[in-house]
Amino acid sequence: MTDVDLLIIGGGSAGMAAAIEAFNHGVKNILIVEKDKQLGGILNQCIHNGFGLTEFKEELTGPEYLSRFENQVETLGIKYLLNTLVLDVSKEKVVTLSNKSGITLLKARAIIFAVGCYERNAGAIQLPGDRPSGIITAGTAQKYLNIHGYLAGKKIVILGSGDIGLIMARRMTLEGAKVLCVSEIMPYSNGLNRNIAQCLNDYNIPLYLSHTVSKVIGKSRVEKVILSKVDENRNIIPNTEMEFDCDTLILSVGLVPYNSLLENMGCLMSSTKGPCVNENMMTNIPGVFACGNCLHVHDVVDFVTDEGRNAGIGASKFLLETFNETNSLKISPKNGISYVIPQYLDKNCNEKVTFKFRVRQPIKNAYVVIKSGDKEILKIFKPVLIPSEMVMIKVDAEKLNDLTEDILITLEGKDE
Amino acid sequence: MNKEFTCIVCPRGCHLIIDDQLNVTGNSCPRGALYAKSEVTHPTRMITSSVRVKNREDTLVSVKTSIPVPKELIFTIIKEMDKISVEAPTNIGDVIIKNVLNTGADIVITKNIK
Ligand SMILES: Cc1cc2nc3c(=O)[nH]c(=O)nc-3n(C[C@H](O)[C@H](O)[C@H](O)COP(=O)(O)OP(=O)(O)OC[C@H]3O[C@@H](n4cnc5c(N)ncnc54)[C@H](O)[C@@H]3O)c2cc1C
Ligand code: SF4
Repeated sequence: MTDVDLLIIGGGSAGMAAAIEAFNHGVKNILIVEKDKQLGGILNQCIHNGFGLTEFKEELTGPEYLSRFENQVETLGIKYLLNTLVLDVSKEKVVTLSNKSGITLLKARAIIFAVGCYERNAGAIQLPGDRPSGIITAGTAQKYLNIHGYLAGKKIVILGSGDIGLIMARRMTLEGAKVLCVSEIMPYSNGLNRNIAQCLNDYNIPLYLSHTVSKVIGKSRVEKVILSKVDENRNIIPNTEMEFDCDTLILSVGLVPYNSLLENMGCLMSSTKGPCVNENMMTNIPGVFACGNCLHVHDVVDFVTDEGRNAGIGASKFLLETFNETNSLKISPKNGISYVIPQYLDKNCNEKVTFKFRVRQPIKNAYVVIKSGDKEILKIFKPVLIPSEMVMIKVDAEKLNDLTEDILITLEGKDE
Repeated sequence: MNKEFTCIVCPRGCHLIIDDQLNVTGNSCPRGALYAKSEVTHPTRMITSSVRVKNREDTLVSVKTSIPVPKELIFTIIKEMDKISVEAPTNIGDVIIKNVLNTGADIVITKNIK
């Protein structure tokens, strides 16, 4: 069995950043395992621009962004295997790989999971009505069009107004499809305002808020999609139907961290569907780390890169034994905050920690408060907080020293 | 009359207001003011797409306009892009159409294919 010091599963933005950072921190025996035929992950299909503003202070397309990291991986000589799937990982960190040459076992001293996320599909949202062909997720439609060059349909209804759905509304319109509308069950869009402007308004594509698909009609292929208005509890209001003749329904209804491997290993999982981690991105299994979309779903790749680097540094500390893990404090979200990363903090933490969280619903004029027992660590004012925007708050090391009680992150004095 | 729209220059998406004298408010940075002025005088957009790679099976390469182009030319430029195919290897920055439709913009490759 071959041995590696650090195995990275997934060669997307998170995995590449983790590998580069671990290498630069002294870990040289690294292997990235990627199931696709190229490095870069989901960014390979995100050919639009808008990436890299934080990282490079310029606006790049997805492939341009990923190439900067791919080049570094090549220059540093970090090893990677393409077209190779990780089938299983044991608690002892024995990894089962599968590729053209068969099944291989490999033993790693540390592992970083950077496997990304998957899209919720028709089954996951219990889409009502028939199940003909022509119902596909936005990411799949994006892959068909941008990687293989096939348009998924000609007359299209999109359910869900997240960024991927908006980007696809524009992309398919440009390639000659007619996008009839975008329907969003919530009273607000989960996409960036900028994408509503440049992807919908530019092409006069209507956005119906508080509307969902109440029925799909079609024998072998989608023929009609019926939308209905919903009330504040997201229940369909009768007699509000709108009928659309179309051949395709595109679903952009959420992403879920891809984590069966971690679950099988007995990792402690969180409400994000990703694992619980500490400030080093390490799970409850020593030497097993997670970052990127398999930890929690990100909207901006620059933050994925940053998180990947954190995991890379964490793994290098673990491998070079500069860790001095003691008891951890638990970090919990409360009062309007849906989740927080990390979920654990070392009592002896002596470094700056970035707390990342999302709110459950749009909130104005709130104070974000972080406290340990009764002791206030930080309180900052936020004029607007929306669920589609991940919030990041950096807390200095001095404020995290000598904490003894578990940590809460909560909202105070808010207008809903 | 005031015009209002969302700034698309960065993900922040500020709500811009511009009056007849081209005074801009609502922007959080100078780029927003420039965008608002160009939006009411000659709106432009970046275009991205992908084109076939002749000598590779089932492979496309992504492309973009080197600078934003007039909004009314978007569909015509996409048609120009759809006519092209290229040969690998490709390098980021390779120009495949120079000065497309006299816009001053080049169509450039955005992906390295070995
Ligand atoms: C469809 C889509 C559109 C997006 N658009 C934007 C945007 O416009 N702007 C922006 O800033 N951000 C965007 N994002 C967000 C951001 O780009 C992504 O969050 C980021 O690229 C994710 O990086 P990652 O490394 O976590 O995951 P990924 O890029 O998904 O990488 C995961 C990698 O792991 C591999 N893998 C998975 N399982 C295994 C296994 N068992 N064995 C081996 N390999 C495996 C996969 O093949 C993949 O390459 C988008 C995200 C998605 C999903
Ligand atoms: S005004 Fe500046 S900060 Fe606001 S969206 Fe435009 S570019 Fe971004």
